[in-house]
Formats: sequence, C-alpha cells, structure tokens
Amino acid sequence: MYELCGVTKDYPKGRTTVHALQGVDLVIEDGDWLAIQGPTGHGKSTLLQILGGLDRPTSGSVRLTGRDLAKLKEKEITKVRAASIGFIFQTFNLIPTLTAQENVETALVPLGVSPGERKERASQALADVGLGDRARHLPSELSGGQQQRVAIARALVKRPAVLLADEPTGNLDEGTRDEIMALLGELWRQRGLTMVTVTHDSSVARRAQRIGLMREGNLTIRPAENGDDSPVSPAGPRHALPTTLTALD
Amino acid sequence: MFVTYLLRELRRRMRQAIFIALGLALGVGLVITVTAAASGVSAGQRTVLKSLYGVGTDITVTKAPTASSGGGPGFRFGGSKGTSVSRSVLVSGGLGTLKSSDVTAVDSQKDVSAAVGALVLNDLKFSGSFKPGGSAGGSGGGSAGGSGAFNANSFTVTGVDPADDSLGPLASGTIVSGHGITSSEAHKNVAVVDSDYATSASLKVGSTVTVASGKFTVVGIVRAAQGVTDADVYIPLARAQALASMPSEVNTIYVSAASATDVSAAASAVSRALPGATVTTSSDLASQVTGSLSSASTLASNLGKWLAVMVLAVAFGLASILTVAAVTRRVREFGTLKAMGWTSRRIIRQVMGEALVIGVVGGAAGVAIGYAAAAVVQAVVPPLTATTGTANQRSGGFGRPTAAAAHTVSVHLTVPVSVSAVALAVALAIAGGLVAGSFGSWRAVRLRPADALARVV
Repeated sequence: MYELCGVTKDYPKGRTTVHALQGVDLVIEDGDWLAIQGPTGHGKSTLLQILGGLDRPTSGSVRLTGRDLAKLKEKEITKVRAASIGFIFQTFNLIPTLTAQENVETALVPLGVSPGERKERASQALADVGLGDRARHLPSELSGGQQQRVAIARALVKRPAVLLADEPTGNLDEGTRDEIMALLGELWRQRGLTMVTVTHDSSVARRAQRIGLMREGNLTIRPAENGDDSPVSPAGPRHALPTTLTALD
Repeated sequence: MFVTYLLRELRRRMRQAIFIALGLALGVGLVITVTAAASGVSAGQRTVLKSLYGVGTDITVTKAPTASSGGGPGFRFGGSKGTSVSRSVLVSGGLGTLKSSDVTAVDSQKDVSAAVGALVLNDLKFSGSFKPGGSAGGSGGGSAGGSGAFNANSFTVTGVDPADDSLGPLASGTIVSGHGITSSEAHKNVAVVDSDYATSASLKVGSTVTVASGKFTVVGIVRAAQGVTDADVYIPLARAQALASMPSEVNTIYVSAASATDVSAAASAVSRALPGATVTTSSDLASQVTGSLSSASTLASNLGKWLAVMVLAVAFGLASILTVAAVTRRVREFGTLKAMGWTSRRIIRQVMGEALVIGVVGGAAGVAIGYAAAAVVQAVVPPLTATTGTANQRSGGFGRPTAAAAHTVSVHLTVPVSVSAVALAVALAIAGGLVAGSFGSWRAVRLRPADALARVV
C-alpha cells in the first residue's frame, strides 16, 4: 500500500520555480485502481514518477509497504522497481531492436532469472495479452495496440505488486483504447494488482475504482461514477504486497 | 540478452559503427606501418653500421695519421734513359698506426669482451717508363727535367687476425667458397678475396693473387654484407705487417663490449688506455650517417610518429563523439530500462560492450591495413643510401694522409611488422573503444530516469 504525506515537487525553470506538486496526501490500498486525471502540465505524470521511484520529491514522504522511497538510495530504489513495480508508457517505450519476446524478457533480466525461464515466462506473458503468435516480431512490425500489449506483458511478466500506467491509451485510436483498457481491467481483476493510471481521458478514468483530480499540483480524490465500464472489486484473492521488498537482482 | 541486445544495436547503427571502426582502423594501421618502417630503418642503420664495423663490433679505435706514419711510398726511380719500372707497395690507407700491444691493452679493459687489430692498406702498383732527368714522386708530380708514362693500379688489402673471426672486417661477410683464414695460416701466404673483386680479377679458390711482393694463394671467396664495399683482399695480419714494413703495428682495432649497455663504459676505458686514439662507437657513427636512410629515419621517427598519434587522437575523438551521439538518441530507451530495474552498471556494461566490439573490429581491420601498407611500402620504396665520412675509411691515393673519405652503403628497406607492434596497435584500438564507451556510458546514466523518459527522441 502507498502512503504519501505532504509530497511536494519543485523544478527550477530559469529564474522561477515550478511547483509541480503542492503537498499531496494520498493513500492507495492493496488492490486499488486509482485513475489520476487532469489537464496537461498539472502534475499527473510527476506524481506517477514519484510513486514509481523514478523521481524524488522535494519534500514529504512516499511510503510503499512502510519503506519511504524518498529516503532510499538509488540502488535500493532500483531493486524495488525491478521486483515490485511495472510501468506502462504512453509511447510504449519498447526497445526497437528487440523482438516482442525479447522486450518482455528485459523486465526479468534484473531479477537474475535464468535464460530458459525468462523465455518461458515471456512467452506466457505474451500469450496472456493475446500476442503469443507475435513473439518474434519487432516493434516496428506491430500496430500501436499490439505494441502497448507487449508493453503490458513486459510490465506484468515479473508479477509486480504495483502497475503504474502513464497515459496508456494516449497514442491509440478509440477502438484500440477500449481494447487496451478492457485488457488492463481484466488483468487488474485477475491478479489483484494495485494499479495507478494517469490519463486526461474521462472515459479511461471512469474505469477505475477511484479518480484523483490533479489541478495545479493539488490532488482531490473521488470515487468513480458507476457506469458500464466501472470495475468491480477483483474477484480473485488480493495480491498482497510483500512486507519486505527484498532485492532479487 | 547482453549479446543479443549488443549485436542488434550495432546492426541498427551499422553505418556509424563501420565509420567509427574504420577511423580506428586507419589510426591503428598507421601506427603499425610507421612502427614497422621505423623498425626497418633501424635495421637498415644497423646493417650500415655492421658493414662499417663488422658483426660484433661495438667500438673501433683508430689514430689520426702523423707525418711519419703510414707514409708515402717514396717511389724512387733512378736510371738512364728509357728505364722501365714496376713497383708494387702496400701503404696504410690514410690512418695513423697503433701498436699490437695497444690491442692487448684494449682487450684487457674491464668492459671489453674482445679486441682484434687489423691493418687496412692499399696495394699500389705503379708501372711505366721514364726518361732521365730526376725522380718522380707519386701522384704528387715529379721534379723538373724528367718525363715519363706511367700506369697506376690499386686495390685494397686488409690484414686480419685469424685468431678471432667473429670480430673484425671479415666478420660481416659470408664465405661463399673455400674457407676463411684459419689460425694455422696466420703466417702463410693465403688470402680471402671479395666476391666482386674475384669476379673482376677472374680469381677463384686456388688462384694466385699478388700482394706487394708476395704471391698469395686464394683459399676463400667472401661475399660482403648487403651494399657494403669492403677490402678486395684479406691476408693474415702478420704477412700484411711484413709486406708493409709495419712490424707489430695495426691501424684499426675492432672492439666488442661486454654487453650492449657497457658500450659507453668500454669506450671510455679504451680512451683512457689509449690517449690520443680516436675511439668511435656505433652511436657516434650513427650520428654521422647521412643520405636517404638518415632522412627516412628522421621521417619515420618524427613525422611518422606524430602523424600516427594525430590520426589516432582524431579517431578516438570521432569515436567518442559518435558514441555519445548514438547514446543520446537512446536516452529514453535507457530511461525505460532503468524504470524496469536495470542498474546503471548494467547499462554502462551494455554501452561499453558495444563500443568495445567496434574497437576490436577496428583493431582487426587496422592490423590488416597495417600489414598491407607495410608490404606496399617495402615493395615500392627504392633502396636507401647511407653515407658516412670518417677517418676509419680507406682512402685512395698513395699513402699520404688524405681527408676522410665518404663511405656509402646501399640498403634495401624492409618493413617488418612485429608482434609487439600489432599488440600495441590492437590495444590502442580497444582503448579507443573504451574511451568512446566511457563517454557514452556517462551520458547514458547521468540522467535520472524521469528526466530520461521525458526526453523526446
């Protein structure tokens, strides 16, 4: 579970300072799906990066199962990301020279998984997202939706506790957007992930349990509206975060 | 994953990788070629010096001629009208004399391994007829009142000590027929003849050659070292001393130092033992060498060396710039890997690995270029010449002290590529790859993941 307390993030910009986050307090329980919505440039992605340990807050604490990510050394945060946090990006961020299977395997490399087991798990992960027959394709040979599926497989192959998605449908057309969100919803339900999705798209945000509205660095949480796409609680057992995040790399 | 990722990435930027590798290859090839050329020039210089000294000689000892040493032939032709004369004399070749005891003194020095004496002479044959009126000198002219027609021929004769054939003027040659002068022949009328002279004088083993007033049996034919012009005839030292009326005298002492590092010490010791003598080491002689070999040496060691260094520096710089540029284009890629938990060390290893492969390929190509260029240089470069003028050289004329004569040796340059040069060059190429990889790696990991992910490619 996440506990954010008084988190701020400032960026120097020329002679001024940009206050990207202004005292954010947030609790995310195990198995929650939180969507963070808001206009561009109001701190959504900054918050997601801090949740994922990709950046450090200027002040405040970011506790993930009791450990303050803001105080961890770079090596330790890297280990936390390797073992427990999966990322999905708007631009997919696949390695262009590696096949779909190899891209998924890159997530297992830091965990010291043997090559044989890596191949097997990557293959399964691709099958779980419906791309079992595209394992040998390069990203350039896949559509946008397929690339995002590969990215989802890559994020989930290591069985993380947390999945952070930054505008996962931002580069997709409407039909593909719905497919991807349906897939994410299904995976969230099946695996009891703790998921945080950043989006500016209301139709995407509505699928989450709760919606956080980000405006000028301030976060306001409200429950999702009930609708056709609103999720129900995960049917299966919740995926509990380990109480201690041990290094596997 | 490491190898797969590395090879795929190099394939993606194949043209750039080849460009970097070629740059390194050119630098490496130049280093190999210049090193090989310098080595060949050094070998050429050693050949030149050996030809002047003989194999095993580190120091030569001579003495400047005085008025009474190795003096003129004193031709005297008294007689009445229409007298025919024919004289053959041995005269010292423009060098002063040293005693045989001086050889012993030199040999006994601490840093000297061995010393042998030799007598470098000219055999002058003077024949013709004259009308009465006075005496005629040598080439310096005669007195008033007489006239005549004369022929003068000469060839060079060196008296060698057969006790040590590894040192001295015969040591650099190769006996191609018969044998050299043995210790048992030290007092016999035997001779070894230079192959070129033997051809011109139609001499072979068993022939007879006249030296001064003595008839010598040819026991061996010697071929001089490459490009060397040495004595025409070699006879035992004792016989040369007798024929030249120079008992117990020599005019050149050949010295071998105890080791290559002792040459200076040996030279100093010899100078102290023989004050007034001219003691010359190979380095002294090397500094007097002029000609195209000397120019080639300067070219290889100065221009060649700095050119190679410059090309390598440019290749290193280009490799670094291009590697950094390639890594900059992949900043978001590396940010993504870091987001997935890849450590900075793993990313550095990936970038360094790519740069190293380029360095190794460049090194291998450079070795091939170096070998090819060395072969081309060896094939097309004309023979180089080395000229040195010292008092050690034989002069022509009739025994009068003359200005030191120039001695020119022609050397065909070899361009040997040594294993150490190849190893050095490959090490430089790998170093180039590592330098480039270091810059690239620094670029790859210095950004925080959030900043790296924010970069727009």
